[in-house]
Amino acid sequence: MSDMTSPSAADHPEGAERLSEERREAMRGEPPFVEAPTTDSRLVRSLKEAGITAGLVALLTLFFFLFRTDIAVGGLALSLDPVTWIVAIAIAFVGRFLLSFFVFAGERPSVGGWKKVAAATARWPIGKALGAILLLVALTLPFLLSTFLPSQNRYLLDLAILILTYVMLGWGLNIVVGLAGLLDLGYVAFYAVGAYSFALLATNFDLGFWVCLPMAGLFAALWGIVLGFPVLRLRGDYLAIVTLAFGEIIRVVLLNWYDFTGGPNGVLGIPKPTLFGLEFSRGEGSFSDFFGISYSPVQRFVFLYYIILALALLTNFVTMRMRKLPVGRAWEALREDEIACRSLGINTVNVKLTAFATGAMFGGFAGSFFATRQGFISPESFTFIESAIILAIVVLGGLGSQLGVVIASVVMIGGIELLRNLTGLQAIFGAGFDPTQYRMLIFGLAMVLIMVWKPRGLVSTRSPSAVYKEKKTIGADLVAQGEGH
Amino acid sequence: MLKQTRNWSADPVLSVEHLTMRFGGLVAVDDLSFNVGRGDITALIGPNGAGKTTVFNCVTGFYKPTEGRIALRREGAVEDEKIAELTRSGRQYSDGETSPVFLLERMTDFRITEVAGVARTFQNIRLFGGMTVLENLLVAQHNKLMRASGYSVAGLLGLPGYRRAAAAAKETAVEWLRRVDLLDRADDPAADLPYGAQRRLEIARALCTNPVLLCLDEPAAGLNPRESAELNTLLKYIRDEHGVSVLLIEHDMGVVMEISDHIVVLDYGKKISDGTAAEVRSDPKVIAAYLGVDDEEVEEVERDLDVKTGPKAAEGGAL
Repeated sequence: MSDMTSPSAADHPEGAERLSEERREAMRGEPPFVEAPTTDSRLVRSLKEAGITAGLVALLTLFFFLFRTDIAVGGLALSLDPVTWIVAIAIAFVGRFLLSFFVFAGERPSVGGWKKVAAATARWPIGKALGAILLLVALTLPFLLSTFLPSQNRYLLDLAILILTYVMLGWGLNIVVGLAGLLDLGYVAFYAVGAYSFALLATNFDLGFWVCLPMAGLFAALWGIVLGFPVLRLRGDYLAIVTLAFGEIIRVVLLNWYDFTGGPNGVLGIPKPTLFGLEFSRGEGSFSDFFGISYSPVQRFVFLYYIILALALLTNFVTMRMRKLPVGRAWEALREDEIACRSLGINTVNVKLTAFATGAMFGGFAGSFFATRQGFISPESFTFIESAIILAIVVLGGLGSQLGVVIASVVMIGGIELLRNLTGLQAIFGAGFDPTQYRMLIFGLAMVLIMVWKPRGLVSTRSPSAVYKEKKTIGADLVAQGEGH
Repeated sequence: MLKQTRNWSADPVLSVEHLTMRFGGLVAVDDLSFNVGRGDITALIGPNGAGKTTVFNCVTGFYKPTEGRIALRREGAVEDEKIAELTRSGRQYSDGETSPVFLLERMTDFRITEVAGVARTFQNIRLFGGMTVLENLLVAQHNKLMRASGYSVAGLLGLPGYRRAAAAAKETAVEWLRRVDLLDRADDPAADLPYGAQRRLEIARALCTNPVLLCLDEPAAGLNPRESAELNTLLKYIRDEHGVSVLLIEHDMGVVMEISDHIVVLDYGKKISDGTAAEVRSDPKVIAAYLGVDDEEVEEVERDLDVKTGPKAAEGGAL
C-alpha cells in the first residue's frame, strides 16, 4: 500500500497509533518509571516550588493589584494597593506549597488514589447513572421549577428549551462529526432549511406543526444529500471549507430570494404547535378551556419544553440504535479508515450520504421547532456562529459521546446565560464590573481551559457497539478522529 | 501428476491477461499475464519495486489498469469464448448464470469485494483501531447485515429477522476469532493488539466478507518465526477447509517456499518466472534477479532470457 497514489489522511492516525502501540509494547511488563533520587527533602523542595510560584504571581499581578491607574479629576491618578497584592501572593504561595507537599510530592503518589477511585467506579457505570439522573431531571423539570423557583419559572423554562434545542442539534451533528468523522462547519444550513421549510409550508399552505415536522426533516435530509455529493471526494481541510461555504450559501440565498423567503424581513406569523388541535391561548377551544383549568402563559412553555424534549430523545434513541446497526458501525469504520472500508465491500458513498442525511434530518426537526417557538424567523438566526457553537458543543462534549453533548450544551448555553447575571463577580472585580460585558471573554477562557485539561472533550472514551463477553471502554488515544480535524 | 500440480492452467479462479499499468512515464507493470489456480496458494514474489503491490491494487480495484483484462471465475471453469463475449458486451460481469465471470478491471473497489468476492489485506495493516476486535469482524459483514436490517428500517424497529442475522454474524465472527486465536481479546480495541495478532485479525476480517479469492499483501512481514509458522497453518487451513484461493505477496522465502502451490516472479513489472516452488527456485533468472550476476554472466543471462520467453509464452497459451 505504500505506493498507492490516493492520498489518505488516515495514514497519519495510523502512524501515530503504530507509534503508541510500539511504545506500549515496549513498556509491557516493565516496572513504572523510577524517579531519580532527590537531593532536597520534601519540605525544602515544596518550599522552593511555592517560592517560585509566589514570585511569578508577584510579577504578573504587579500592574493589576499593586499599582493602579484610575481616572481622577484632571487626568489619571496612580494608587498603591499593597494589601491586595500581598494577599494574592500569599494565596499562591500557600496553595502551591500545600499542593506540592501533600499531593505532588506526597509519600503516597496521588495517582494511586485516583486509580482506586477509577477501579471502584469501573464496575458501576457512572455514565449510565448520570444519564438516568439527567433524564429524570429533564422529565420533571417543569414541575421542579414551578415548585422551587416559581418566580423565575418562565425564564428558566425558556432557557431549558434553548439548551435542549442545542442538545438536539449537537446530537444531530454528532452523527456526522463524531461518528462518521466528517467535519461539517455548515450544519446551521440544515437548521435553516428545517425552519424555513416549516415556516413557508405553514404560512403558504396553512399546515400545522405536526404535519410539517416530518416534511421539514425530509427536506433537510434531502439538502444533506445535496451537500453530501460534492464533498464525497474531499478530505481534511477541504471538506471543512466546502461545508462552511454551503452553510453560507444557504443563508445568502435565504437573504436574497426576496419573493420566496421574504429576504431580511424573514417570515412572520408562524403558527404555534397544538396538542391534538388544542391551542395554548385564552378562550374557546383552548387547552385550558378543554381541561377546565385556569389559563397561564407558562402552559405553552411547558408544552414546548416537552416537544423539544421528545424530539431530542428521539434523536438520541435513533442515534444509539443506529450505532449498533451495520450502518452506524460503517460510520465509525469510515472514521477509522476509509480505505479499509472499501476493501471490505462497503460503499463509502452511501455511508457518507446516510450520515449527512441523518444528521441533517435531525437538524431540520430542530429548525422547525425553532421556527414554531419563535413565531418569526429571518436569515440572521442562521449565521456561521450558530454552526460554530454547535460544533463547539460536540467537540467540547467529546466526539461521538451522547452524554458529553448534553453536558457541553448545559455548560455552554447555560454558562453564557449564567454569566449574564452573575453579579457575584463584582465582589472580585470591583463594583464597576459588568458581567455581561465580559461574559464572552470569561466563557472563551473557560473553553480554552477545558480543552487544555481534556483535549478530546469531556467524555472522550468510546463504548463498543458489540460485546462478546465484557464491555470495555476504549480510550480516546486509540479512536481516530476522521477527516478535517 | 502434471494436471494436479498445474491447477492454475486447468482451473484458474483468476486470470490476469496483458496487464499494464503506467504512472505517467513509469511502467510499473508491463504486459503481465498469469493465472491463479482455484484452491491454490499462489505467491507473487519479486525484488522491491517489482510492481507486486501495483498488481494487487489492480486486482482489487484500487487502481484502474492502463491496459489488460482481469477475469475472475467465481464458481467454476468458463470457456474463453464466454469471457471474450462478456468483454465485447461492455458489461462488468455476467451473473445469474451457472458460472459467473467478473471483469475486475471494470469494477470499483468495493464492488469487487461485495459482488465478485475478492478480499484483501494491506501491507501496512489497516484495522479499525478504535473499534474492538469483534466490531472489526462485524464491519466486514456489512453488506450481509445491511440487507438483513432492511437498510436500517427493520433494524431500527428491532424486527426478529434482523436480530437473527445479527446473532449469526456475531457467531461467524466468534468462529473466526477462535480460529485465529484471538477470542480472548474479542472486546479489546484492535489498536491494542500486538503486531502479529493485528496481522491475523486483518486476515480474519478479510475472510468475514466471504471471499473466493483472498489477496494478502506481505502477511508475514514483521512476524517472528513462530508466528510465521502459525500463519502458514492458518493459510493452509483457509485453502483446505474453506476452499478459498489465496494470492499473496511475500518476501519471507521460508513462508513462500513452504506453502505456495504456485509462484509467479516479477522483476521490473515483467514476469520472469512462473511455476511450482521447485521450478522457480532453480530458475537462473530468478536467482539473477534476487542475487544479481557477475558482469560476464549478464550477456549469457540476457541471451537465455530471449531464448526462454518465446517458447514459454507459447506453452502458457497451449495449456
